[in-house]
Amino acid sequence: MTYQAGEYDVIVIGAGHAGCEAALAAARMGCSTLLITLSLDTIAYMPCNPSIGGPAKGHVVREIDALGGEMAKNIDKTHIQMRMLNTGKGPAVYALRAQADKFLYQREMKKTLENEPNLELHQNMVERLIVENGQCRGVITRTGARYYSKTVVLTTGTYLRGRIIIGDLSYESGPNNQQPSINLAHHLQELGFQMVRFKTGTPPRINRKSIDTSKMEIQPGDDVPRAFSYETTEFIMDQLPCWLTHTNEKTHQIIQENLHRAPMYSGIIEGTGPRYCPSIEDKIVRFSDKNRHQVFIEPEGRETEEMYVQGLSTSLPEDVQLKVLRTIRGLEKAEMMRTGYAIEYDAIVPTQLWPSLETKLVENLFTAGQINGTSGYEEAAGQGLMAGINAARKVQGKDPIILDRSQAYIGVLIDDLVTKGTGEPYRLLTSRAEYRLLLRHDNADLRLTDLGYQIGLIPEERYRRFVAKREAIEKEIERLRNTKVRPTPEVQAILREMGTSEINNAVELASLIKRPELGYREISLISPPPEPISPEVAEQVEIQLKYEGYIKKALQQVEKMKKMEEKRIPDWVDYSKVAGISSEAREKLEKVRPISLGQASRISGVNPADISILMIHIEQGNKALKKG
Amino acid sequence: METDTIAAISTPLGEGGIAVIRVSGPDAIAIADKIYQGKVKLSDVPTHTVHYGHIVHPETGERVDEVLVTVMRAPRTFTREDVVEISCHGGMVPVQATLEALLLSGARLAEPGEFTKRAFLNGRIDLSQAEAVIDLIRAKTDQAAKMAIQQAEGRLSRMIRRLRNDIVETLAHLAVNVDYPEYDAEELTSQFLEKRCKEILQEIDRLLQTARQGRILREGIATVIVGRPNVGKSSLMNTLTQENKAIVTDIPGTTRDVIEEYVNVRGIPLRLLDTAGIRETEDVVERIGVERSRQALAQADLVLLVLNHAEPLTDDDRKLIRLLKDYTKVVIVNKVDLPKKIDLDEVRSLIGDAPLITTSIKEEKGIDQLEEAIARLFYLGKMEIADQTYVSNTRHIHLLNQARQSVQEVLSGIEAGMPLDMVEIDLKNAWQYLGEVIGEAVAEDLIDQIFSQFCLGK
Repeated sequence: MTYQAGEYDVIVIGAGHAGCEAALAAARMGCSTLLITLSLDTIAYMPCNPSIGGPAKGHVVREIDALGGEMAKNIDKTHIQMRMLNTGKGPAVYALRAQADKFLYQREMKKTLENEPNLELHQNMVERLIVENGQCRGVITRTGARYYSKTVVLTTGTYLRGRIIIGDLSYESGPNNQQPSINLAHHLQELGFQMVRFKTGTPPRINRKSIDTSKMEIQPGDDVPRAFSYETTEFIMDQLPCWLTHTNEKTHQIIQENLHRAPMYSGIIEGTGPRYCPSIEDKIVRFSDKNRHQVFIEPEGRETEEMYVQGLSTSLPEDVQLKVLRTIRGLEKAEMMRTGYAIEYDAIVPTQLWPSLETKLVENLFTAGQINGTSGYEEAAGQGLMAGINAARKVQGKDPIILDRSQAYIGVLIDDLVTKGTGEPYRLLTSRAEYRLLLRHDNADLRLTDLGYQIGLIPEERYRRFVAKREAIEKEIERLRNTKVRPTPEVQAILREMGTSEINNAVELASLIKRPELGYREISLISPPPEPISPEVAEQVEIQLKYEGYIKKALQQVEKMKKMEEKRIPDWVDYSKVAGISSEAREKLEKVRPISLGQASRISGVNPADISILMIHIEQGNKALKKG
Repeated sequence: METDTIAAISTPLGEGGIAVIRVSGPDAIAIADKIYQGKVKLSDVPTHTVHYGHIVHPETGERVDEVLVTVMRAPRTFTREDVVEISCHGGMVPVQATLEALLLSGARLAEPGEFTKRAFLNGRIDLSQAEAVIDLIRAKTDQAAKMAIQQAEGRLSRMIRRLRNDIVETLAHLAVNVDYPEYDAEELTSQFLEKRCKEILQEIDRLLQTARQGRILREGIATVIVGRPNVGKSSLMNTLTQENKAIVTDIPGTTRDVIEEYVNVRGIPLRLLDTAGIRETEDVVERIGVERSRQALAQADLVLLVLNHAEPLTDDDRKLIRLLKDYTKVVIVNKVDLPKKIDLDEVRSLIGDAPLITTSIKEEKGIDQLEEAIARLFYLGKMEIADQTYVSNTRHIHLLNQARQSVQEVLSGIEAGMPLDMVEIDLKNAWQYLGEVIGEAVAEDLIDQIFSQFCLGK
């Protein structure tokens, strides 16, 4: 028996990092939105590491903020420490990372969701989608409630047919012993979705009181205020440290001796795990020449003694886990509070998605997060935001927003997924972005705030502040380009003092700032701006001028890419009728159905000749259509 | 529609006395102007007109060829874009050099069938013809694929693969430093990167060197016979051409001084330069000398220096020997049938380790030894003739040059104190250009490398 329980514009299934962003975006764009989750107590839950950000991932968090999403604001309010990583390197790879208070993070996000107008929260298990004529019209829960909607966003995380594995023990479960979602997984298969089985894992947790941090290296947060959100004005300066220790030969010996009990090697695990996040047993097998591995001990929150053991992800039997822990310096008497485990789950093959994250198979159905084959809270949140935006736009009859690879890491992420698919849980890396230099941590607002405003997620007042900042940057860059300094004794003295060579003729400030010894601060000593400028503006001026040559080069490459991106592939193209393309290309093109020649050219197995032929085929068809 | 300008040789290679290079695109005329020297500026001339002039190499400033240039403005052209056609004298060297000059001046090498493709996309040819275009693209790529396979087994691709491997290891290391800042991998230093890049640069230079050799193979080894008047240059040439009846081609240089003749010496194609000069001047005994030889020498890969056994060394001889110091050469002491007046020890001391052959061309003595010496120079020398898949086509040379340029930019970035993650962009470009040479794809193998080289994880 089912009953009609309600009607909405957008329904979001799952309240993890993807689901929260999706629901908030849709609601804020004016859609009546329902968020259904298995448990209201695990909203924005972090089942694995208690941290957000880092290279590429931190960039995504900044992008989410610039587009009007929530993750940045939420972590700014709930972290226990923040660090800027890579500060010894170039600005393109600076990366902010926060250690989160997991529990606070969840509470804060729940509060935000509860207080959002247009958004309803409901705890239930969705078992089926209502699909009519290839279109999704709503969902049906285990309790028989039928909710109707114009679009649905599916963010199931690792719950779909989830199975936890510890040694030779394995049982159906979502992460951290949450209930898994079995029927929905079968239903998706019935609908015709092609699924893959992925695996991920998490290390044991230990009690802070049982360990000796004096034997470890302290890892404090930065002592300057940091924030992910461009809007944050209150900074948490009371920070907790993390700790660094290492495995040793004894650790490795115990693991070696117990490898036969590791499910990775005994064959219990069928899912494909990520290479970038191997279990400790995997590391020891694959890198047997390394005699130690790093282990970071990270607090899970302020109000708990539970500590996360980063680097020790494992699915070894519980007794071995305990033995392994206790070989490590500082953990000799560690009490294990939770056991590490591996978890297998179903994901859909992401080439079944349009770049809008709508599925090709079922119209009005969007998917985001781990169900699309990614891993990581940030990757999930970025997709959730875009899926929420596009689900709402579909309701409103607007074209989807598709970020390109030169605009955002989120664009790189989604394009990689829907164009190339993934053979393992996908993690963003800076090396996946060909225009890394343009996709910086510092300029996410300059890249995306216009778009966020246009979408309707950036309020008027914030946008005005942003525009003022942008103008200040442009004005100061202009000034530096147009101001020359002469080789006066005072100027020469300043230059000498900064350890750089003197000037012979009058030189523009804009070229002086390019010297490695000089930055904006030094330039402003030589020639102060007419009115004081903010540190954020100064940072932009410095980066944009100092690295101008590289930025220009990157922009030229983008220009080339854009030309191909603009060449749309019309709906009438039937790849089986395109004469001359290779059979591999045909098969891949039919599967991916790229929206542009640019996207087509990124599919592996599609070569430039295929693209040429496709281009001609399209032109041929267009001409025939015009004539007809 | 297209915004770049393409160029390619549009007549079959190595056939006919004239070769036509076609340039098409919005900058066709401007690019041609950069390398054209004549009475007019091509950008000023009326459409569909032909102009006489010279092509000048943009880097060396040397005259490359004497040409006729046809300027045709859009839309009444084959591609409906601005088109310039340059008619060169057919010899492969000037044609390739002209194409190279265009590529260096901003044109891109056209893909197979690309002119026709543009013609179609711009509405110049109709639907039925489009099918032919597709066949053309497919056929040419198949051919290219076949060549690629040949190259895959060749030394070139092995060398490039090794080079790319070096680069990708460095890239992976840089990437790990960036993506895993807390991982205990050593931080790559600029000194290390600099050293690495210099090695890579050397490797690329070596490959480019083989490019020159590849060209020698296809076009023949440019060979010049030099010597004072009346030492037997003309007879030597006649012997070489008659003995080896395999004259490949004979291109009469209507307006040029240098006439070429092809001979095949033990499987090695020699292109004898300035044969006309030698023939003429042998009659007019006094009029020649070092000056004239100098011109021909500029192009020479191999020099045959002829000395007279029956006369003592003269200052002219010594001057010539000095001039030839850095050339690959064979020294021939001719006229051993006449009494010896030359001091062979002095000759030996002057010519270093170049082979010395004594001949009597008149009595057909020593010819075998001469041919043997030429063959040895190339079979045992730096060049491996058996490997036909050396860097030999313009596209490869172009890509190698681009890779080289990128590595140079890494080095200047390091010098300017740029952060390594920034100069890495140029290193990645170099890696991609090299990949294009052997048709290897990109992105994924870097990620693979990162995870196989480093042990990372949470």
